[in-house]
Amino acid sequence: MTGPSASNDIASRLAPTSNKKTMKIISTPEHHLVESPAVLAVANDIDPRTLDLQGVKRIDLTFPKFTDGRAYSQAFMLRRRLGFKGELRATGDVLIDQLVQMQRTGFDVAVLREGVDASAAPRQFDRFAGFYQGSAVDTPPQFSKSD
Amino acid sequence: MYRYTEFDQQFVRARAAQHRDQLERWQAGQLSDDEFKPLRLQNGWYVQRYAPMLRVAVPYGEISAPQLKVLAQIARDYDTPDTALLTKAQAMQDKLPGAAPQLTSNYGHFTTRQNVQFNWIPLSKSADVMDLLASVNMHGIQTSGNCIRNTTTDELAGVAVDEVVDPRPYAELIRQWSTLHPEFAFLPRKFKIAITGASEDRAAIGWHDVGLQMVKNAAGEVGFKVLVGGGMGRTPVVGSQIRAFLPWNQIMNYLEAVVRVYNRWGRRDNLYKARIKILVKAEGQRYFDEVETEYQEILSQDGGMHTIAQSEFDRINACFVSPALDLTRLTDEWLAKAEADISKEAAKNSAFARWMVQNVVPHRNRALRAVKLSFKRVDQAPGDATADQLDAAAALVDQYSAGQARVTHTQNLVLPWVRLDQLHALWQAAKALGLAQPNIGLLTDMIACPGGDYCALANARSLPLAAAITERYQDLDELNDLGRIDFHISGCINSCGHHHSGHIGILGVDKDGKEWYQVTLGGSDGKDLSGAAVPGKVVGPAFSSFEVPDVIEAILDTYKALRLPVQGRHEYFIETLQRVGQDPFKLAANGARHPSE
Repeated sequence: MTGPSASNDIASRLAPTSNKKTMKIISTPEHHLVESPAVLAVANDIDPRTLDLQGVKRIDLTFPKFTDGRAYSQAFMLRRRLGFKGELRATGDVLIDQLVQMQRTGFDVAVLREGVDASAAPRQFDRFAGFYQGSAVDTPPQFSKSD
Repeated sequence: MYRYTEFDQQFVRARAAQHRDQLERWQAGQLSDDEFKPLRLQNGWYVQRYAPMLRVAVPYGEISAPQLKVLAQIARDYDTPDTALLTKAQAMQDKLPGAAPQLTSNYGHFTTRQNVQFNWIPLSKSADVMDLLASVNMHGIQTSGNCIRNTTTDELAGVAVDEVVDPRPYAELIRQWSTLHPEFAFLPRKFKIAITGASEDRAAIGWHDVGLQMVKNAAGEVGFKVLVGGGMGRTPVVGSQIRAFLPWNQIMNYLEAVVRVYNRWGRRDNLYKARIKILVKAEGQRYFDEVETEYQEILSQDGGMHTIAQSEFDRINACFVSPALDLTRLTDEWLAKAEADISKEAAKNSAFARWMVQNVVPHRNRALRAVKLSFKRVDQAPGDATADQLDAAAALVDQYSAGQARVTHTQNLVLPWVRLDQLHALWQAAKALGLAQPNIGLLTDMIACPGGDYCALANARSLPLAAAITERYQDLDELNDLGRIDFHISGCINSCGHHHSGHIGILGVDKDGKEWYQVTLGGSDGKDLSGAAVPGKVVGPAFSSFEVPDVIEAILDTYKALRLPVQGRHEYFIETLQRVGQDPFKLAANGARHPSE
């Protein structure tokens, strides 16, 4: 019994968009919601598969509280399942200690909550040499690497 | 046991360093209490009634002698309140009604989820403790918080005579998959997985958010029967089957679907309605359908990246070979002599004979047995082990069980690799340490949470009640005559003491600032003795703390009056209850009420 393997087509769509394990961090004043069809702001109870992504360059997902993890699933689905190549921006209650998991689920830009000191952020990306699971942007997972 | 690779070791050390970084930022005021709390919880650090509590993960209950020694060191060197804290705590304790036990320190506590807890370590020393744990590949990763918790399994995994598939390599794979999963760190609520590979369910899988039973299909292929939506708490629910057979190498892809739909759909507006059991109850087939769709999309569109490679399974599985024991002389003659020697000792000493019956279980290797050390005795709370006892247990594990032990969900230790010809010596050593009470599976082998003496969530204390029952039933003849009974005590509706699954369950409730206790009858955790998992039924309004021991006695007297002989023994308590129904027991329990003194 072997599992389904990705076809070439899927493989190319799923190729990591970037191997750099970091995020662009911007402050609240730098973040503007642009009135443009190329920018979507999506509430965290929306199923990303229902969105029309034609021409969309940036999607703002939101964390109303940092303990509300729904946007991680949205990001994963947008990046990996729907193959969205534009910017995924984390907004809302965005703190230092969740940045790495945001990056791993497919976010590439984070708007730190007002008043959060960004200086502790960079070292978080250097802490772990690797992770067990595959992620939205870095595959395969640890336990399929030896195959 | 699983052998940590350089990757695994580095990972645990990095996690300890991350905790230190977070602790220092919190101490420096860069992280608020609210921001730090979910982070420390996901490393096992609670703040309890008097002091922080650390919950150390014991993945699927397997623990080595060197790990037990480090737990002993932590108990000895760190689980110590300073004098001011202890004085203040004891003063608060003395204000509680009734006889509050003296607070103790310098001990570990085995939990119902096969983990180990400490109660007095100051948060300021937490990073040092995490470094110490990391030195033996231990940690507190995801032992709390709204994430995927430690996977639990059968305490006899890999040695049970009724095992179909050894669940440990799969439990290890689930440990790896769930550890710091980026998408599932902030679920609506905690998420617990249990897995068994035997025909008897000793892991209470029906009571978990996901319960996995390993099976073989007609073609002999290994897979999982998957249950979802079980849980205790305020609304006890037994899990429903969502899959009859899932191929073994798809377990992560499938769990990803189960948890993702829960993450998206689970309620976040009400703490008491946030567990997956509520979602499964509310949505039913719609949830099942969405999981199936999600699973198919993971395979067809995401590339099914968490399909387990055979080579990786083989690498992990190779860690779970039986330890090399010096059994080169194993012959029929050797076996016959070892058995004859045991019989001789048992004839000479009834205490040893009782222990052989109650605490020693068969093994798939006929030259070996699995032995249960009992941490249920007078003067210590169920599942508590002092620093010295942890050290001594480590020495027993080293000498008699190839350096390996299991923490059981009934808060004891199992030594899974004991040679037949060493049982008597082990019994003598365990007896000298006070760990050979022949009470496994009996009334005094009760499950109890730490309760109101330590826990900030509790409505009532568990430990004085546990102590009262333990003291009342010290006569071994009487205890044996009462036979096998699952007696479970929880200090609040969170149900850490699994009262819902007790044949007799006790739940602490708070009424007008006083401690009261609900009594339930007829629950089952899923073991063969009591049958399919089911919550017990409440016998009536809550009882006062001084009534409870009399109520238990009245219930047990009713059992003794009603039980019938079966197959050369008495019916067990649960068998009589299931045959005659609850009414005579309810009558007896309610008749044992007496006006407040």
